[in-house]
Amino acid sequence: MSTDTLDTLGPEGLPHMDNPSLPYLRGERIPHIWCPGCGIGTTVNCFTRALGEAVSDLDKVAIVSGIGCTGRVAGYMNLDSFHTTHGRAIPFAAGLKLARPEMKVVVYSGDGDLFAIGGNHFVHAARRNMDLMVVCVNNFTYGMTGGQLAPTTPEGASQTTMPFGNFEKPMSLPFLADAAGASFVARWTVFHVRQLTRTLREALGKQGFRFIEILAPCPTLFLRRNRLGDGVDMVRVYKERSKIRDGADTKDVDLGMDGDIIVGKFVDRERPTWLQSMNAHYQQVFGERYRPWGGVREQD
Amino acid sequence: MSQDKPVRQAKGTVFVRPEVCKGCAYCIEFCPTECLGFSEEFNAKGYHYPVLKHPEECTGCGLCGLYCPDFAIFGIRLKDIPQAASEPPVPPKAG
Repeated sequence: MSTDTLDTLGPEGLPHMDNPSLPYLRGERIPHIWCPGCGIGTTVNCFTRALGEAVSDLDKVAIVSGIGCTGRVAGYMNLDSFHTTHGRAIPFAAGLKLARPEMKVVVYSGDGDLFAIGGNHFVHAARRNMDLMVVCVNNFTYGMTGGQLAPTTPEGASQTTMPFGNFEKPMSLPFLADAAGASFVARWTVFHVRQLTRTLREALGKQGFRFIEILAPCPTLFLRRNRLGDGVDMVRVYKERSKIRDGADTKDVDLGMDGDIIVGKFVDRERPTWLQSMNAHYQQVFGERYRPWGGVREQD
Repeated sequence: MSQDKPVRQAKGTVFVRPEVCKGCAYCIEFCPTECLGFSEEFNAKGYHYPVLKHPEECTGCGLCGLYCPDFAIFGIRLKDIPQAASEPPVPPKAG
């Protein structure tokens, strides 16, 4: 599509202005492929605003995605980006972070990618407190492959591989992250755009394993199959059902088809990152002989 | 006199890119002053895009721009627009 057709329609008599998110996006790839009413675009919108407020040099930020609808975020962001194999976004990102520790590395992926096929990597990265920021857009289903049962699908929901309703207990993502040792855990929905932007900005400025879950509607598969209306209807439901409880015990934040959605910043604690622990340990063991790894190469 | 509706003056406005809008209605639903509505016209993909139905109600809070999943709309306060702070805005044609 030529850029002429993407002109901005503004009030007459005012100077032309561009969308403030556009400098952070690859403009030639917009419009994106996400369905009308999908919440992933809203999360990206909040992320671009947070980037603008928290980061001065975009060359120092890298974004890594896995496979899936949310996995396409890396392709739309105007950052150093990496679209990895299915479920392996966190190992790729950990390697990137350890080779270039001065960079901020953000993993942006979906619930199926991070917790079904990549669940093991998530647990171990949180246990080691790898210095990564993991943003998980949870839409309760596998969107790109046709609405199969995901580990986050609530009990009672119908899916293409569970047509008579789901009887499995879903995974509570903040509880898992907290139990595995993440240093920052938060959950927001697509309705809470201001709070989400603030939390993303705060997490970008922190160290350690930071996990942010964002609930987003999937209108094409999850909502239509369960007769929950359109994307905007689900966001209205988020508005009615969500209760903000900062510091809530992550044992109590399970999600169901009805009942409260507990949102907020649950965990914020200081732990040494993996690289800090390694340097401290080997300095203790080898003393002067050990040169701590800070990522600056001598030939540069 | 006291029962007259106070005349509101626009404090902000919105800019829309109609051709990237997918008509999801997030901006219209969650506008705090309910000043947005669907256009009468279609864009090239067949969606109705948002227009300012009540320009005098817009406060320029920018929430529509934060909700938009398609980067198609954003709101701005008039005093934040360069070189146009004092001019009253003319609303875009509502189809």
